[in-house]
Amino acid sequence: MATLEIHDLHVSVEAENGPREILRGVDLTVKQGETHAIMGPNGSGKSTLAYSLAGHPKYTITGGTVTLDGEDVLEMSVDERARAGVFLAMQYPVEVPGVSVSNFLRTSATAIRGEAPKLRTWVKEVKEAMERLHMDPAFAERNVNEGFSGGEKKRHEILQLELLKPKIAILDETDSGLDVDALRQVSEGVNRVRDTGEVGTLLITHYTRILRYIKPDFVHVFSAGRIVESGGAELADKLENEGYEAYVKGGVTA
Amino acid sequence: MADNTPAGSTTDGAIQVGGPQQPIDARVSAPASYDVADFPVPHGREEEWRFTPLERLRGLHDGTAVADGAGVKVEVTAPEGVTVETVGRDDARLGKAGKPVDRVAAQAFSSFEKASIVSVPKDTVLTEPVRISVHGEGGVAFGHQVIEIGAFAEAVVVLDHTGDATLAANVEYLVGDGAKLTVVSVQDWDPTAVHAAQHSALVGRDASFKSVIVTFGGDLVRLHPRVVYAGPGGEAELYGLYFTDQGQHQEHRLLVDHDTPHCRSNVAYKGALQGKDAHAVWIGDVLIRAAAEGTDTYELNRNLVLTDGARVDSVPNLEIETGEIVGAGHASATGRFDDEQLFYLMARGIPADEARRLVVRGFFAELVQQIGIPDLEERLIAKIEAELEAAVA
Repeated sequence: MATLEIHDLHVSVEAENGPREILRGVDLTVKQGETHAIMGPNGSGKSTLAYSLAGHPKYTITGGTVTLDGEDVLEMSVDERARAGVFLAMQYPVEVPGVSVSNFLRTSATAIRGEAPKLRTWVKEVKEAMERLHMDPAFAERNVNEGFSGGEKKRHEILQLELLKPKIAILDETDSGLDVDALRQVSEGVNRVRDTGEVGTLLITHYTRILRYIKPDFVHVFSAGRIVESGGAELADKLENEGYEAYVKGGVTA
Repeated sequence: MADNTPAGSTTDGAIQVGGPQQPIDARVSAPASYDVADFPVPHGREEEWRFTPLERLRGLHDGTAVADGAGVKVEVTAPEGVTVETVGRDDARLGKAGKPVDRVAAQAFSSFEKASIVSVPKDTVLTEPVRISVHGEGGVAFGHQVIEIGAFAEAVVVLDHTGDATLAANVEYLVGDGAKLTVVSVQDWDPTAVHAAQHSALVGRDASFKSVIVTFGGDLVRLHPRVVYAGPGGEAELYGLYFTDQGQHQEHRLLVDHDTPHCRSNVAYKGALQGKDAHAVWIGDVLIRAAAEGTDTYELNRNLVLTDGARVDSVPNLEIETGEIVGAGHASATGRFDDEQLFYLMARGIPADEARRLVVRGFFAELVQQIGIPDLEERLIAKIEAELEAAVA
């Protein structure tokens, strides 16, 4: 069973007056089939955790370990991590002018699967996945993320999640900027992948709204660069009622 | 976010509307002329020479380069119905598309011995391209090529430059009324070649002229694509693609002279640069004269800097002497290879070198599709990928 283990992770970014520590000792274990929600106020380091796990060059790991089934993730390049089964659905997906969605998806699937998918079954696979996410077939011929609405960008991220079938899916604020219909359809996509039981999900969010559609097994409160409280789904209800104030104060004085 | 403009680049640009300032053509150091003696030897500080490393022109600019008979071999392959002639200096059809605008072009006009004329008779629609191969054999040469398309004829001409040479040339396109000419000029020179040329098009009434300039090779390539209109309703599309490697100087200086009403022009040049001292220069001059009412024009230059040490100078100029126009605009942008695009693609399992290929292919894709000649498009894509392979290795 695939397991992502994060132990005492410390991460810095280069700021104007030298390195600034953002993650200050994150401990978390995500197993295949589990869904962990990470919730926290703005600036608490949630997105830094997501991008550090994916290997973004802006972040420097200054301490700790991350392993996937015992393999050292931090030693891997960005593409190696993806091929090992780590997937990051981004909050702000990047435009790639001149590269069509269909070309991108096929290139990506070929890299992840280790061989080019057979054309006929692939076309059908993409078409059906797009239909399930309520995406227009013409979408495949557009350039990656170019001129996409917020909802289209997030659907496109979840389309990739469905097609690439990772072991660990990190969803970075996938709910932000979505209207209710889009949120429901995107959540359904995430749930289809979760229902296979083959993915461990790390759901990073500021709001409890998405947790009405995606039920987490565990909820962790993130503040000042680490997890300050963990619990079950009921912890989300507490956050809904009380907000992050208690944690923010605690984080600053800690 | 990081500053997206590399240190070594300029994107001055200017739009001038009306006013007493000198027209673009008057800013140069001497008026256009067929005679090399009318131009002083450039010293490098003149507006039209300030970006060019004169010492690498191998004497094309100061009279010391002399044709040695071992310069270039020109072969023309033309479908039936096309006339291909070699003529002497006194042929009346030479020089009709415009005078040489700088000393090197005038040197070429003053020094060539034989000119080649390719004529497509009126109403003739070619289904196969005319292919003109210019192969450098290591020497110095001065060339003159005329391509004449009769009224309502349609043709595609591919000019292919390969090998090594020191070549100064004039190419003239005479596009008859209602005719359609697409010309593709590929500079696929050996890394030692020096090539300076003026491409002058005279676009007839209601005629369409499409120019695609593709520059990959050479030590120094300096081209002047120019368009003037012989009657109203003419259309010019000028596309360019260049891939400037370490140490290469590739310069494209365009002029579209709108002196006739109701003509259109669209300019789009895109370049990628990689390696130390790769230098690309793009000058886009568009002049809309007082008589040119109803003009519609747009010009664009985009540069993608793949590595440190490369330099781009991109200068669009638009000068407007009448307000009675449909539209006029320009855009120029130079950016570094976007690390966020690379991260996004790699985060989907795509290895770095393949991700770079995708991005650069994407950057050029729209332009390559404009060419409309499938085998040439494939060759260009293959060439772009070979250039990238060399960079990755």
